[in-house]
Amino acid sequence: MAKLPVPVSQIVAEFGPTLNDEPVGGWRGRGEPDKLVKTHCCFCGQQCGIQLKVRDNRVIGFEPWEEFPFNKGKLCPKGVKRYMQNNHPDRLLAPLKRVEGKGFVPIQWEEAFSTTVREIQRVQSQYGKDAVAFLSGVSLTNEKSYLAGKFARLALQTKELDYNGRLCMVSAGAGNKKAFGVDRAANYWDDILLADVILCTGTNVAECSPITTDYIWRARDRGAKLIMIDPRVTPMVRTCDLHLPIRPGTDSALMTAILRVLIEEGFVNEEFVREHTNGWEETRQVALETSLEEASRICGVHVDDIVKAGRMWGAAKTSFLLHARGIEHQVKGVDNVLSCINIVLATGRIGRPGCGYGTITGQGNGQGGREHGHKCDQLPGNREIENPEHRAYICGVWGIEDSELPHAGHTAQEIMNMIHEGEIKALISICFNPLVSLPDSNFTREALSRLEHFTAIDFFLSETAHHADIVMAGSLHEEEEGTSTSAEGRVIRIRQAVTPPGDAKTDTSILLELARRLGRGQYFQFESSEDIFNELRVASKGGTADYYGITYDRIEKEMGVFWPCPEIGHPGTPRLFEDLQFSKPGGRAVFNPTPYRPPAEETDEEYPVILTTGRVVSQYLSGTQTRRLGGLVELCPEPYVEIHPSLASEHGIADGDWMTVESRRGRVTLRAKVVTTIRPDTVFIPYHWPGKKSANNLTGRFLDPVSKIPEFKRSVVRIRKAEGAGPQED
Amino acid sequence: MSERRLYIDPSRCIGCNACVEACSECETHAGFSMIHLETIQRGDTVQTTPVVCMHCDDPACAAVCPADAIKRTPDGAVQTSLKPRCIGCSNCVFACPFGVPKYHAGYDQMMKCDLCYDRTSVGKKPMCATVCPSQAILYGTPEEIAQGRRGTPINEFVFGGTTVRTKVSLMMPHGTDRLDVKRSAIVRKSDLIQLARVQSE
Ligand code: SF4
Repeated sequence: MAKLPVPVSQIVAEFGPTLNDEPVGGWRGRGEPDKLVKTHCCFCGQQCGIQLKVRDNRVIGFEPWEEFPFNKGKLCPKGVKRYMQNNHPDRLLAPLKRVEGKGFVPIQWEEAFSTTVREIQRVQSQYGKDAVAFLSGVSLTNEKSYLAGKFARLALQTKELDYNGRLCMVSAGAGNKKAFGVDRAANYWDDILLADVILCTGTNVAECSPITTDYIWRARDRGAKLIMIDPRVTPMVRTCDLHLPIRPGTDSALMTAILRVLIEEGFVNEEFVREHTNGWEETRQVALETSLEEASRICGVHVDDIVKAGRMWGAAKTSFLLHARGIEHQVKGVDNVLSCINIVLATGRIGRPGCGYGTITGQGNGQGGREHGHKCDQLPGNREIENPEHRAYICGVWGIEDSELPHAGHTAQEIMNMIHEGEIKALISICFNPLVSLPDSNFTREALSRLEHFTAIDFFLSETAHHADIVMAGSLHEEEEGTSTSAEGRVIRIRQAVTPPGDAKTDTSILLELARRLGRGQYFQFESSEDIFNELRVASKGGTADYYGITYDRIEKEMGVFWPCPEIGHPGTPRLFEDLQFSKPGGRAVFNPTPYRPPAEETDEEYPVILTTGRVVSQYLSGTQTRRLGGLVELCPEPYVEIHPSLASEHGIADGDWMTVESRRGRVTLRAKVVTTIRPDTVFIPYHWPGKKSANNLTGRFLDPVSKIPEFKRSVVRIRKAEGAGPQED
Repeated sequence: MSERRLYIDPSRCIGCNACVEACSECETHAGFSMIHLETIQRGDTVQTTPVVCMHCDDPACAAVCPADAIKRTPDGAVQTSLKPRCIGCSNCVFACPFGVPKYHAGYDQMMKCDLCYDRTSVGKKPMCATVCPSQAILYGTPEEIAQGRRGTPINEFVFGGTTVRTKVSLMMPHGTDRLDVKRSAIVRKSDLIQLARVQSE
């Protein structure tokens, strides 16, 4: 029974989001802190260092941590307000159960655990082990990510395990593995400072990775040129040297055209290509097959600007290419990533100071979380689940037979599809709010309502958890010890500033207790987060993401250690590929041709407008945390539709008017923000809101064939002026 | 090394409001930000800029205060009004050429940026300059600015013939030595000129 027990409005009235505007005790009454805890922000992949002020086991404020090398005290508004969660009125303080007609009522832990275990065992004996799925997320620490993977595979004994990074890093990860054999930004951010040209594509750097803007500016102050590829004029686009306002969903065509310019104008580093790569000839052929005019027509970018971009990139001595979800959230997300890597490899600018490449991780622990085994096809250390040697190694670490280790399961969206189809009957989730974050929300809602059993582990009652039978009150980032890995590949220490409030438990202790009750406690003998990390170190040893030489002690002393770090004495690896040895056959990096493939949906008479979605600086992902923080909500209280005046005027829409945006999947009615800073053929909606305001009512379940990432960045819609907001409840 | 000063560089501003949120965390004026963020003309641009007290050498706010409630420290920081003296008349609010002071009804006094006197007097940076992700607000020495930044700092502003000199500087393009604030026509500029070109073909 995973239907809502009472209407949404009643759940919201009790569990929020309510806004927390003031710290505990009120602005005047918070008093002096007992201690300052050096830890990190939880709200993006940059993982800024921050100090939390703690008094009487409550987080009461923050102080910048100026010694931490990455951000040196800098924070975006999310970082400033992140401390307000631990004392939040919506914070879950006890486990809950669904009661039809009443909502969610507090229960004892005994009942929460025994109900969950009984239901899992019932479903598994009736339908088989794989009828239970586990969905996880990478706002979790490395320890919890590792534990989630091991828990699903050994305690639940299901192969159906995946994570919310499926909506985040998987295209980049797959592309990086194809080209380099290792899934990490190739450089630490200090190399940005030394780059002569910086190319950012599909990344609203200013709003999604704000600290990175200072790195880029410091390079620009030295004279570096900045190329931005984006359908919108974002804050970094505003001042850049060259803006290519690309049509959403066409990126590989543009990058392949730039590669063609590099070839035709003699900018290819022939020696590097010959000595250190494979696959060039075919890639070169494909690049020469499409004319610049054709690429210009596909991408909506002027030919001259393509040539300019090629020359700027080609002529530079050092360069840094950064990309993010804009190119990755597409049915050709992996191709787009490869098309970027191709221009990096063609010019041979990698593995040296100032020569860099990387994807900008979106989620807090998007980097570390994906390496350690809650991705359906991966084992710890970035190992492949279907590789016999990799399996054997992990079976050794875990003390099991190969037959006991499940094989690859399905990806997050596929798991939701299987729930919808009735193939998966029960779900345990932690740190994932698919009802807001997956595409096609109406489908997701329907799927959730078909579950026979759903246990959610959460610290706030997320929209997805509204559908749960049992909610287990888990822990916030600041309530448990651990580590995470930043966008740069720097492994850092997350500190427990306070213990979980009320009867809430740490996520770790919840998973350990469930494992014990499932009769699998022998595999989960951990006394502390550090114990888990120490097993993770061994499990990652010899993998590409090798953490063996990283210890809690070292991280603290060195303010982070970059993986790979195979031995205790190893200094860590801020810059990959310095020896030009790639983790591919022959030590050679691989070019991958990217012949153009169209997006899943083309515009037509019925749906003539392109929709793209993204973030705002004051909100994080599905908003389950940040929609509760008053200061942040005030900065952007509601989603809106960015629309160009020429398109708006065709529909009689003025700035601030209500407008309806409709796709084949659903519709939203929001206010128009009429701006010249977007392409006239495209509208933009930020995606952090649920229900009737959710941009994901519009997006489709179209997946990249390799990474299985959904095409969030390109849907087709029709628009019209609306009279008002219409009914807002689901 | 010379004394550190505050520099505002609007070209770097990303409009994130970190400065505003962090300022309002300060114990002395909790819940109320002394810095604000101006959105220039959102229809045409994403330009924003932080506005802090410029700490004038000869502050108009202090000059027009009938209660002598606004003091300047020996090192040039113009303070928030003295609570016992401020009569809430808001003369300062109207007199400031930069639009900085605000009367706060809750506190019943004029409050404005005092350059985080509590932080700067013990060698720390002001809070806004510490957190600013893009370092559009920078606290540093003139030498750091000369070596590290591509613009020129100016601290001389002309308002209708009156010259105002300030402790805080504004980063402007090279070759600028002062800012002459005139009423001038607002230029509407589409940032997507390139796109218009593509479409006209
Ligand atoms: S959200 Fe990112 S940029 Fe903002 S403070 Fe947190 S880690 Fe830093």
